[in-house]
Amino acid sequence: MNATRGRVRGALLAAGRGLLLSVASLAGSLTLFVLTVLSIAFILLGIGLVTTPWVLTTVRRHANQRRLLAITWSDVRIPVPYRPLPKDVRGGFTGQVERTTLMLKDPATWRDIQWLMVDMTAGYVVATLAAALMIYPVEGFVLAAGLWRVYTDDRYWYAFVPVDSQASGLAAAALGVALFAAGVLLSERLLRAHFVLARSVLAPTHEQELALRIDRLTETRHEAVDTAASELRRIERDLHDGAQARLVAMGMNLGTIEALIEKDPAQAKKLVAMARASSAEALTELRDLVQGIHPPVLAERGLGDAVRALALRMPIPSEVDVELDGRAEAPVESAAYFAVSEVLTNAAKHSGADRIWVDLNHVDGMLRISVTDNGKGGAATGKGSGLSGIERRLGTFDGIMAVSSPAGGPTMVTMEIPCELS
Amino acid sequence: MRVVLAEDLFLLRDGLVRMLEAYDFEIAAAVETGPELTRALAELKPDVAVVDVRLPPSHTDEGLQCALAARRARPGLPVLVLSQHVEQLYARELLADGNGAIGYLLKDRVFDADQFIDAVRRVAAGGTAMDPQVISQLLSRRAQDKPMGGLTPREREVMELMAQGRSNAAIASHMVITERAVAKHTSNIFGKLDLPPSDDDNRRVLAVLAYLDQG
Repeated sequence: MNATRGRVRGALLAAGRGLLLSVASLAGSLTLFVLTVLSIAFILLGIGLVTTPWVLTTVRRHANQRRLLAITWSDVRIPVPYRPLPKDVRGGFTGQVERTTLMLKDPATWRDIQWLMVDMTAGYVVATLAAALMIYPVEGFVLAAGLWRVYTDDRYWYAFVPVDSQASGLAAAALGVALFAAGVLLSERLLRAHFVLARSVLAPTHEQELALRIDRLTETRHEAVDTAASELRRIERDLHDGAQARLVAMGMNLGTIEALIEKDPAQAKKLVAMARASSAEALTELRDLVQGIHPPVLAERGLGDAVRALALRMPIPSEVDVELDGRAEAPVESAAYFAVSEVLTNAAKHSGADRIWVDLNHVDGMLRISVTDNGKGGAATGKGSGLSGIERRLGTFDGIMAVSSPAGGPTMVTMEIPCELS
Repeated sequence: MRVVLAEDLFLLRDGLVRMLEAYDFEIAAAVETGPELTRALAELKPDVAVVDVRLPPSHTDEGLQCALAARRARPGLPVLVLSQHVEQLYARELLADGNGAIGYLLKDRVFDADQFIDAVRRVAAGGTAMDPQVISQLLSRRAQDKPMGGLTPREREVMELMAQGRSNAAIASHMVITERAVAKHTSNIFGKLDLPPSDDDNRRVLAVLAYLDQG
């Protein structure tokens, strides 16, 4: 009984959604299609240059809206194929021309336009059918209930049933019941069919997918190279100003000691002490440097214990829960470690939390790390914040990061990196 | 006193051998790798082992693992662990069995031969030698959430030295005060931190370390 009720409810919901979609398909897609065609045609007159980017952006928004509905309503995933616009598009008229050309060159734009055509025809029909199967039966019932009286003189066709008497009214109702049953069975599938249809046109082709992948790889490679270069510069500077300088001072001291050792033993002894202090400082500096390049615990124990050791150094009590049976590859471990380190530092500095929880596990080929604090929330994720730096570093490994930090807290940072453990 | 030494870098191993011999230790074995260390500890039954955390062939924390395993086989085997870096995580594991006779020092500490040798002797005698950096890490963490039970700066200094494993006499000479004054400070510290008083030096150190480690 409950199962039936659930199915009917699901079908009614699908019918409502189908109705909304049919409006969006007909009104939205048709209007946008006309606007797009006009706008592109008017490029010759110049006006199109101004309107096209705007219209195409609206088309993209319209398509993205449908992608969102597809995943939330019917669990159909339609990937987004648009090429990112370069960040340095010029302003003014040249900028408009550039933007228009770039957008028109993107094959995804043409597929969008194709989709508009499919959506306002086939898409509309499928969506309407999903709605009609649940709505049309209502008319059958109303006819049987008494509306048939109106049509005694002039017969009314309910689908293929001529209605002009109680008997034919009941026949209409019977047909309604059959349609309703069909609707219960089919509405959800029709709704899904609508999205599958959209996917067949909107989803990137294999070629486009590869192109997008190459774009992404180029971008992350640039970032990886940049990061590596600036790291090397930092290490060079640290060595140059730190350990290297101290060793020079030590050598100098030793030279002086050699000269003084017989003439002035007391002074020589003082210099020996200084040389020893210099060597101790050089060691400390080298140790800090090593910690920043590749922490020894990470090399010795792997990610789990390295994060535990990190938590022990935090000024805020931190609980670490590790479920990893094996070690990831060294570069992944290192990236994950520094990401956690950065998130923890951020939490200690800005969150005002008095407790932090770190969870590490590996499920379905994904290393998942979450860092939660009970602080005041409102963590910034925009450009230039520490968190966006982490995102960039993880990007090299196709890793992603999500931050949930409502004002008032708590803050939860989740990171995922695809990798295998060994 | 017979020592087993495990260190993979020739220069350091050689230097340590010279230093230990200069202070009248007998080098039972000076080995390079984890498996060699395990064998030496089992067969030679030294009075104390000086072990580098990172050893071949794996170049992970093999030395530490060998030392912990040897101590499980022979509880209370004196081991002094040396490392290029100190981690509370490792300190915690070394102290976990509560048997004492444990040292954990930065390699830098060998610069001061007298103090280093003192640490080796202390560990061999069943005492504790914790690197000052471990203690200061523990303290800096605690300073954030609660002031150390209202210890005076003087008492705090005594506690730091005590946590490193120094005897009352050593603390007295370090701070240039009398041993009686040190004893008074320590009993104050135990009162304020609400720790059970103990006459046994080593139990006392372990109690303080455990207190600090509660986080």
